[in-house]
Amino acid sequence: MTFLKVEGFGKSFTISHLNQTIRAVEQIDFSIDKGEFIGITGKSGSGKSTILKSIYRTYLPDEGKILYDSEEYGLIDLLQAEERKILYLRKYEIGYVSQFLNVMPRTTSRELVEQSVLEMGKPASVAKEEAEYVLSHFELDRKLWDTYPNTFSGGEKLRLNIAMAAVKKPRLLLLDEPTASLDEQSKVKVRELIEKLKKNGTTLAGVFHDIEFMDGLCDKVFDMKRRQYTSEGAVI
Amino acid sequence: MHNDAILSVKNLEKQFGPGCSTCHNESTRKLEKNYCPQCGTVYACRNISFNLFPGEILGIVGESGSGKSTLMQCLYFDEAATSGELILNNQEFQEENVLELSSQQKRYIRNYHFGMVYQNPLKGLKMDFSAMGNIAEKLIAAGGRNVAEMESIGKTLLEKVHIPLFRMKEEPKRFSGGMQQRVQIAKALSNNPPILFLDEVTTGLDLSVQASVLDLIKTIQRELGISMIVVSHDLAVIRMLADRTLVMLNGEIIEEGLTDQILEDPQNPYTQQLVYSLL
Ligand SMILES: Nc1ncnc2c1ncn2[C@@H]1O[C@H](COP(=O)(O)OP(=O)(O)OP(=O)(O)O)[C@@H](O)[C@H]1O
Ligand SMILES: Nc1ncnc2c1ncn2[C@@H]1O[C@H](COP(=O)(O)OP(=O)(O)OP(=O)(O)O)[C@@H](O)[C@H]1O
Ligand SMILES: [Mg+2]
Ligand SMILES: [Mg+2]
Ligand SMILES: [Zn+2]
Repeated sequence: MTFLKVEGFGKSFTISHLNQTIRAVEQIDFSIDKGEFIGITGKSGSGKSTILKSIYRTYLPDEGKILYDSEEYGLIDLLQAEERKILYLRKYEIGYVSQFLNVMPRTTSRELVEQSVLEMGKPASVAKEEAEYVLSHFELDRKLWDTYPNTFSGGEKLRLNIAMAAVKKPRLLLLDEPTASLDEQSKVKVRELIEKLKKNGTTLAGVFHDIEFMDGLCDKVFDMKRRQYTSEGAVI
Repeated sequence: MHNDAILSVKNLEKQFGPGCSTCHNESTRKLEKNYCPQCGTVYACRNISFNLFPGEILGIVGESGSGKSTLMQCLYFDEAATSGELILNNQEFQEENVLELSSQQKRYIRNYHFGMVYQNPLKGLKMDFSAMGNIAEKLIAAGGRNVAEMESIGKTLLEKVHIPLFRMKEEPKRFSGGMQQRVQIAKALSNNPPILFLDEVTTGLDLSVQASVLDLIKTIQRELGISMIVVSHDLAVIRMLADRTLVMLNGEIIEEGLTDQILEDPQNPYTQQLVYSLL
């Protein structure tokens, strides 16, 4: 049974004051099975982020369907779903992680991760426990737990970002170039984190610039230029 | 109808002025922004419809004069709406247009179901009552009679909004702007309202105070599950707080959507201008 199915998907942006319409992507079809990790590759501007942001509905897509097999709602077209349902899915089922950390100011790492749990309606004691577990699991240095993340390094911010998403045990996690600003060592760590998430049953769709990183990690790679899955490690 | 909405607004209109033969009819109306140059009538809110769902923070953003405060004041019965419906999902007033109730019933709804934090603290607080006295006033309006109990609720709330208890007997006129807003929030929360209206709560506060008020609002939402409408002309405030957002211009809702979608993929030309001018 298909877990996520993108069908005839397309998206344009119209910038009125420039009187301009940009065709960001068109005619995209692919599907992901439960528990799979698919990578998306393509050159800059080919529309990779547009696809992920449309699944998350940060972008309002205009063509096609994105069918998702939700635990709460059953099969649902994310392009048509009511905003309230999308908010529910973001809270309980679908996560999105990029290299940017966008959080309330003056909130510590620990509080941020706890809030992710609390907003799912779990009690404070559970939030505390799960936050500590996930922060150590994803290897955020213990001395950073009770500090504000605005001064964190790129790698630390990313680990916090992943911890905030992972603590919810999302069914689907979207990764938009999380490794963009990281050094080799941090990348290795992220790779391990992703493997851990996958082991826990999360289905993943990710965009990565570097092909090497995806090698052996992704089950399939979708190539934007050919608009289809390529065999692993193929040259693009 | 969305029977799971806690509050529904349908086709709400508010005009200041009697209107004239050209502007009475929507099709012949030629307004400058929200204003009829023929007769001087202001159409402050036009055909406003939306739902507020349990536990959500709904943002309303728009430039000065777009009608945000007028809308809040119509919902809180400070101003009489010209026409339209306000429906509350609540046993007592099921399916009734509460805008048409008697002023006594409206007062009852205000006292038991709504909390309001005004843009201007002068409107929300009696500046020469003590901070505690302001809270007691609202508690008494909501049926409070036991003094010791009211004092204990007041203390808990002032603590929650970080007003030191040794200052609770002081008048808000001696407080800073941020403290006054926090007393307003404490007062608005005192009757345990399921619905809270917040009009520009952080405007005019310096950044660190702003951050603590925003944090307070988020905490209240999380811990008490109160549904809120948050009005601001500041997109940063809306980004921080609101799950969904309405954009108003010249008295109308011109766009609505998930807050991050409004900010990253705005559809309406005016919203695009508003968002891009910030980048
Ligand atoms: N919010 C937006 N508003 C207007 N145009 C956009 C927006 N987001 C993306 N675009 C345009 O859509 C096209 C696809 O962009 P997208 O960000 O999806 O590419 P990408 O494949 O992720 O590129 P990169 O590898 O550089 O991140 C580009 O032409 C871009 O300019
Ligand atoms: N009592 C009144 N009599 C006449 N016109 C009024 C009255 N109150 C408000 N208005 C007009 O209604 C329109 C909407 O005003 P409102 O205060 O609701 O705007 P706002 O969006 O809250 O603006 P701001 O961001 O400046 O607070 C304005 O054109 C205003 O001049
Ligand atoms: Mg991208
Ligand atoms: Mg106002
Ligand atoms: Zn007129």
